[in-house]
Amino acid sequence: MRYASGGTALTGTYITERDGMAVVKLDNGYNIGTSPEKIELIERAAPQPPAGAGVVVQNPDLPELAIISTGGTIASRVDYRTGAVTSQFSASDILRAIPELGDIARYRDRQVASILSENMRPALWQELARAVYDEIRHGVSGVIVTHGTDTMAYSAAAVRFMLKTPVPVVFVGSQRSADRPSSDNAMNALCSAAVAAGDLGEVAVVMHATTNDDRCAIHRATRVRKMHTSRRDAFRSMGMAPLGYVDYPSLSVALSDEAVRRGTGEPELHDALEERCALLNFYPGMPAAVLDAFEGYAGLVISGTGLGHVATEWIPPLRDMIEDGTTVVMTSQCLHGRVCDRVYNTGRDLLAAGVIEGEDMLPEAALVKLMWVLGHEKDPERAGELMQTDLAGEIRRRSTNEL
Amino acid sequence: MNYKELGLKAGIEIHQQLDTAEKLFCRCPTLLRDTSERTGEFYRYLRATESELGEIDRAAREEMKLVRKFCYYTYDTVCLVEHDEEPPAPMNPEALEVCLTIAKMLGMTPVEQVQTMRKLVIDGSNTSGFQRTALVALSGALPDGCRIETICLEEEAAQRVEGDTFSLDRLGIPLVEITTAPCMHTPKAVQRIAEYIGMVLRSTGRVKRGLGTIRQDINVSIAGGARVEIKGVQELNLIAEVVSREVERQTNLLAVRDALRERGARVDHTVVDVTELFAGTASSILKKAKSILAIRLCGFAGLVGREIQPGRRLGSEMSDYAKKCGVGGIFHTDELPAYGVTAEEVARLREVVGAAEEDCVVIVAAGRERAGCAIEQVMIRAEMALSGVPEETRKMLEEGSTAYMRPLPGAARMYPETDVFPVEIDLDRWESIAVPELLTDRAERFVRAFGLDEALAHQMAFSERLPTFEAAVAAGVRPTTAARTLLATCRELARDGVAVDRVSKEEILTLLSAVEAGRAAKEAIPDLITELARTAGGGGGTPRERVDAAIARMAPAVSRADVEAIVHRIVAEREAFAREKGMGALGPLMGVVMQELRGSVDGKVVSEVLRRELKELLA
Repeated sequence: MRYASGGTALTGTYITERDGMAVVKLDNGYNIGTSPEKIELIERAAPQPPAGAGVVVQNPDLPELAIISTGGTIASRVDYRTGAVTSQFSASDILRAIPELGDIARYRDRQVASILSENMRPALWQELARAVYDEIRHGVSGVIVTHGTDTMAYSAAAVRFMLKTPVPVVFVGSQRSADRPSSDNAMNALCSAAVAAGDLGEVAVVMHATTNDDRCAIHRATRVRKMHTSRRDAFRSMGMAPLGYVDYPSLSVALSDEAVRRGTGEPELHDALEERCALLNFYPGMPAAVLDAFEGYAGLVISGTGLGHVATEWIPPLRDMIEDGTTVVMTSQCLHGRVCDRVYNTGRDLLAAGVIEGEDMLPEAALVKLMWVLGHEKDPERAGELMQTDLAGEIRRRSTNEL
Repeated sequence: MNYKELGLKAGIEIHQQLDTAEKLFCRCPTLLRDTSERTGEFYRYLRATESELGEIDRAAREEMKLVRKFCYYTYDTVCLVEHDEEPPAPMNPEALEVCLTIAKMLGMTPVEQVQTMRKLVIDGSNTSGFQRTALVALSGALPDGCRIETICLEEEAAQRVEGDTFSLDRLGIPLVEITTAPCMHTPKAVQRIAEYIGMVLRSTGRVKRGLGTIRQDINVSIAGGARVEIKGVQELNLIAEVVSREVERQTNLLAVRDALRERGARVDHTVVDVTELFAGTASSILKKAKSILAIRLCGFAGLVGREIQPGRRLGSEMSDYAKKCGVGGIFHTDELPAYGVTAEEVARLREVVGAAEEDCVVIVAAGRERAGCAIEQVMIRAEMALSGVPEETRKMLEEGSTAYMRPLPGAARMYPETDVFPVEIDLDRWESIAVPELLTDRAERFVRAFGLDEALAHQMAFSERLPTFEAAVAAGVRPTTAARTLLATCRELARDGVAVDRVSKEEILTLLSAVEAGRAAKEAIPDLITELARTAGGGGGTPRERVDAAIARMAPAVSRADVEAIVHRIVAEREAFAREKGMGALGPLMGVVMQELRGSVDGKVVSEVLRRELKELLA
């Protein structure tokens, strides 16, 4: 097209219309927004051939890993003509974007979803767990799940509760968009592949350990939390040290003694979830009437204050809920430390009302666990006992002093 | 040189830092720091991203030849945005306003909606791997019928400390990039246009001053040559020299091409491993190399060593290309035997690669991989010599010659910065931009309105102290007193080692007002500034208090009666002299009195009292 303004005429490519403005890419590479009447069509651009055709040959001597995608960040590309960022997913696409992956393993690809992680749902966690289980049954040496970072910790915990695995299942994402040369996607992907091909035997999250491109941390799925909106090292193990580290660029993996090793047990899938569960963050002055919204729910996790409290006026309605069959679990919005409702009166009253102390579980992990427990155990008393039992590394028996 | 005949076409890109309170895409101050003040370091790798067309930008690909780890210094004045750990803030409206002001002064037309782009830069100078830049206005007028094509608002890159280490204080400072058409046809014209644009920029009073705050890139081509972009010319008075040297280089490269073609020259792509041949060499570089590779450039003898620019040969160009692979340089037979390589070794080398007399042999010594990469690069550059002048980005060397940096970036390196919303420039916004007076116009006005002489007026208008001058004149200080103080006095004091920079604008202003009010004499100004500089930074109160203290110490107020008493005494002491010289004693005695008064009293008053005293004595 031709763009005329202020006595000059330039040529460029019409890209789209946005909010009444024509977005135009001038031949010098710059985009500008202009009124549509200032541009004039010269000729239609030939349609671009679909990019990235061709299959990358993989090394048959290497172990096979499955890459399961839930929403691709790992191999997104930019169309420099229009500026659109598109996400590619086949194993060949990924290997073209990060060729070094080909030195670690060969890959099968599988797509479960293509969504932003805030749109994840328990039903998708189940689909994901089934897909991972299928891949393990197929005989892969490890599974990599690419996932948006916002709710990655929930999904990882959910898969951890639903699945027993003898091979590594590694969740990985990227905090800085894959189209930028500084993206953390390549290093995270390489480190996750190294872990997936390595000695680990549990579900983990592998992400940058520091702001440097020096190593990734391996986090236990039920004890990890996104603790920063944008930094590369947003993911932190809570209440325990990471399960290990992967050095970059050497990709050597070091596991702690606590990490479950490859080959422990047989694959098992228990994928029932009770979706009528909720997580409530209590704040000072929060009306107890909020609880009415959860009437009929099977489970409720409260992220309470301090040692695990809510306002005194909440106690009678909570007692009613519990009597009506809702399992209520108390966690703490402190995130660090253990719930103890035996210290103050409010806590003792909560216990008397039937609230279950959630030990040192993270509120999100407790929610996912409650869905899983109530999916498999209908008896409230036994469900309550399970909530206080460590099933998937989500509860620490001891609060270590971290000194 | 007849530039017209050579078909010289040149254009410039001027990059000017803006003096805004905050950076372009974050809220950090636009403050440069000393690297010793750094509060931390971190490091990253950058990788070129593949475009949809399966194409890595050629400049980016070139940088990728070296797998490099970049280290960054950070400060308490730097935030997560510069670390590439947080999305950018909205575009700084102050910076956009300054950019629009400049565009308006240059008669440009703004775009209706400014869109921020990411321009791939993976040399490490941007933590993200791209530089944010936005086209703000198009098409402006320049003297001599020249034209401006675009003005862009972009973020400054991080400053290289050394090697692959960068300092983040500079990253993100707003910058305007003004690109002219290739409308200049002589080296002098390029310099004139650069000077003119620089003057317009400074007229806003809102651009940074000092070394490194303005940089010129120059685009040069001649007929039959190629567009070459020379980066980072900082000294204005070197511009004409850089252009004429580039013309010389392109002319010589074309002559080399013609000679090569006439000889039927070609590049033999057989790489010969000659490591063994130099097993017993006296050359220290060759001796410690793991791998020495050679290639034969048929018909190149004498031309590789031919000078194409002062201090630069075709061999230097090949060496620049080879250095991209991390080698120190190359050897070629046009300059051998030398550097410890003997004539005998050269003869054996020629024999092994099968070189005839008219051939040139190039060798590279390094680790196996690097040597292979480097010899490849030499072949690429040698092939280019056969077709003339390559399109390149080059950097300026000290005297105005240039060295190869990377290929010209392709159009493939820009895509939208999706984290920054577009900004509308509607008519109201454009019309509300006030156009400041050009410094050249201002200088003329100073002559006309204030009676400054032309040189002083020009100097004042272009000085960094212009705002102080204007404030002083507005406060009623005589323009000549203000201008002389700010220019001559301050410069002389600085030359004598007085830390004039430590005296604030407010203090100078208060001081000038005090002199104007008769609280101190004009003659005391140097002493007072020296005193203010000496006591600066001691937390000594408001400007008014500080100036009062300086006056009390250096030029205490002296009453009329005291002046009369001092004059009376001095004349009495020198009565014989006064009687002998008559009224001619006025000058010499004036000096004695002024010294005693140390400038506390205006010279006019002293002169009046002294004249009366002498008259009385002589009467």
